[in-house]
Amino acid sequence: MSTTTTPVTDTLPESVTSPRGPRYRQGLQQILAFAGLVAIFAFFSIASPYFLDWANMKGILLASAVTGIMALGATFVIATGGIDLSVGTGMTLCSVMTGVFLTNMGLPLVVGVLGGIATGALLGLVNGVNVSFLGIPPFIATLAMMMVAQGLSLVISGTKPIYFSDVDGFTQIALGELVPGLPNAVLIFFLAAVVAGVLLSKSLLGRYALSIGSNEEATAISGIDVRRWKVLVYTVAGVFTGLAGVVMASRLNSAQPGLGLGYELEAIAAVVIGGTSLRGGKGTVLGTVIGALIMATLTNGLRIMSIPQEWQKVAVGIVILLAVFTDILRRGKDA
Amino acid sequence: MSTDATGAENAESVAATTGAGTTPPSGPTLLQVEGITKTFPGVKALDDVRLDLRHGEVLALVGENGAGKSTLMKLLSGIYQPDVGTMELDGEPLHVSSTREANERGISIIHQEFHLMPDLSVAQNIYAGREPRRLGFIDDRELVRRADALFRRLEIPLDPRQQVSQLSVAGQQMVEIAKALSFDAKVLIMDEPTAALNDTEVRTLFRLIEGFVSPTTGVIYISHRMDEIKEISDRITVLRDGQYIDTLDTPGTEVGDVISRMVGRAIKTDVRPSASGTDRPVVLSVRGLSTRKLLKDVSFDLHEGEILGFAGLMGAGRTEVARAVVGADRSTGRLEVRGRTARVRNPAEAVRHGIGYLSEDRKRYGLLVDQDVTANVALASVGRESRAGFVRDAWSRRVAAEMVERLGVKTPSVRQRVKNLSGGNQQKVVLAKWLVRDCDVLIVDEPTRGIDVGAKEEIYELLESLAAQGKSIVMISSELPEVLRLSDRVVVMCEGRVTGVLDNADATQQNIMELATQFGGAEHLLATTGAA
Repeated sequence: MSTTTTPVTDTLPESVTSPRGPRYRQGLQQILAFAGLVAIFAFFSIASPYFLDWANMKGILLASAVTGIMALGATFVIATGGIDLSVGTGMTLCSVMTGVFLTNMGLPLVVGVLGGIATGALLGLVNGVNVSFLGIPPFIATLAMMMVAQGLSLVISGTKPIYFSDVDGFTQIALGELVPGLPNAVLIFFLAAVVAGVLLSKSLLGRYALSIGSNEEATAISGIDVRRWKVLVYTVAGVFTGLAGVVMASRLNSAQPGLGLGYELEAIAAVVIGGTSLRGGKGTVLGTVIGALIMATLTNGLRIMSIPQEWQKVAVGIVILLAVFTDILRRGKDA
Repeated sequence: MSTDATGAENAESVAATTGAGTTPPSGPTLLQVEGITKTFPGVKALDDVRLDLRHGEVLALVGENGAGKSTLMKLLSGIYQPDVGTMELDGEPLHVSSTREANERGISIIHQEFHLMPDLSVAQNIYAGREPRRLGFIDDRELVRRADALFRRLEIPLDPRQQVSQLSVAGQQMVEIAKALSFDAKVLIMDEPTAALNDTEVRTLFRLIEGFVSPTTGVIYISHRMDEIKEISDRITVLRDGQYIDTLDTPGTEVGDVISRMVGRAIKTDVRPSASGTDRPVVLSVRGLSTRKLLKDVSFDLHEGEILGFAGLMGAGRTEVARAVVGADRSTGRLEVRGRTARVRNPAEAVRHGIGYLSEDRKRYGLLVDQDVTANVALASVGRESRAGFVRDAWSRRVAAEMVERLGVKTPSVRQRVKNLSGGNQQKVVLAKWLVRDCDVLIVDEPTRGIDVGAKEEIYELLESLAAQGKSIVMISSELPEVLRLSDRVVVMCEGRVTGVLDNADATQQNIMELATQFGGAEHLLATTGAA
């Protein structure tokens, strides 16, 4: 069991895991989320003999990768007190565009991958401008973008999947194993988490995102150009969406234009389980990583126990409620 | 209990001030308030206050900001309960625990801010919560009929069906008044009812008040406008610092008598030596600053090393000036920083021009309360001090520690969350944020609001030492002693305009209050007091 969970903490930067950080209470929150993950692990390992199988572990990690990468970006948006509902279908649009670049246009692999990521950045930029400069509430702006992205995916692909069979090495992006035994998708997720962790805790972007979430008006009065930083936050979230789109396409070896809807909610759930407050001002990347792992583990474990899919959804919903409720209890003590 | 007793006590307290004639005991008492004390955490808002309202009179209630007028009104309307003291209405004990209950007992209050639902009709607003019903549903026809009858009785030209948001401010004020009068009110309390009205509308209001007053009713009229008080009221009760000062008969009372009671001793203590003269270069020059809502043609100059006080009553527009100058609100007008036209469209640009703003509302506009001292102190400067987009945490911690030391912030560590600090220490954190940013111009809005005396003194000394270092400070304050103590010059505002600029040597509480209650005639005063 320990062999499967240690990489998570080991790959994160010291700044995120270090207990000496000023946000020791968020440390407590991560410990609790981590304890939850361990408890779920323990439960399923007793409940099913197949659960601890390395192949199954790999499945869990792989399943967590795409949602996890999206959730990393969503952490920044949620830290500002915003929300991004467009990451699910946006991710699909990025997959489709990667397909267009690589299969239809025959561009080199690197260019196609970067093009897919750039698509995500563009979606985020538009979200950011709509929220910041046009003053559209994040919920509405990104809800609209969710629909636009879904529609565009279908239009551009002609509602048919785009296959990457002719693109050499494309599946290696997600399924290759640079580290033997560990699919690259998982490696990408962890590396992206390290980058996100450093950005959130050490960069101006992360500092301002948390400041805006704490008190947007006070941040603005302090001379920070809140509108421009918010655009950047949404754009960065878009980059992660784009990366998720590429990984997803590679894993499926195709861009499936019908996919995507619902992924945004899983990503948001992962962020929230990880202790990032939907009201903004508070959040960590480590929490989000644990949240994504909890979501993936839960789904996997329930499936192994042959719980019907409908009941799996019920269980996941209850876990989200429990996670947020314990957060509220903790905060209640503080007030 | 009786008015005789009140009169006698009045005479005593008056003897201490001037011994001006008070009210002869006459007429039964409609509303009698005795020995009311109300304490909020850390503040004694009312201390043994009394007030009596006779049948058929209009009683004006005056006092500076924070004198306790609003608290007293909130006690009468059931929003607060007194700690100690009695209230009687027509000789019956008055205990009200909600506005609704107060309404039912015959006390109606019109607050300074409107409490209307903008998307509903006039009639729906007036009868909100007590709509006429038929078979359990609201009877709209009856609702409109009632409102119509009310308006005819009051001679108010309003259409009951009109949506409130479509009315002018004056129209909305009329709705509030009609609503208050729609209850069978015996006592009508009005808090600054004319603040948003023009002259004609004030006439209409006075006509309504005169129509309302009868041998069984009375009005308590809170206002800062002396000319109106002289016209409409029969007597004037003065509060100061939460205490009852005096009650005067309006006929035969001079405005100066009222103002001297409002401000108390006219002695200036601790006057700042007016060292820095206006001969030093102008750092910030504001010309013709106007906003859609309030400000009209506000102009002033701020010199290097100067503390420029901004005095005025609540709603005079001082905070609005500050917000407009730093680009937090839209405005028209011209801004020059050291002689060069500066374009300031948002606070980020203001800070780039070296102008920082410390808001009166530190929780809303000043602090990240959930974050620690370090994050707050560094907030305005982390960007400037960053390297390649990355925050220098070591630098942040160092300046935070320096500031905690220099300003004497009482906190267990720089990692303490700001919400766990006291008001005074929170204010020091906000000040520290601007000190670290090192702005040339600092606009401080109510810098000592809600903090204790010791911390106040420290903040005064800090502002003085900043000015001595050549920083220029605009200090907005509602506390006149504070303005007089710190300012080199005082800009006085009234209703969105500058009504006077006084040199420290000429400024007294008396003449500041006169300018602050000035209504109209601003140009004349500007000419005589010599605006910069």
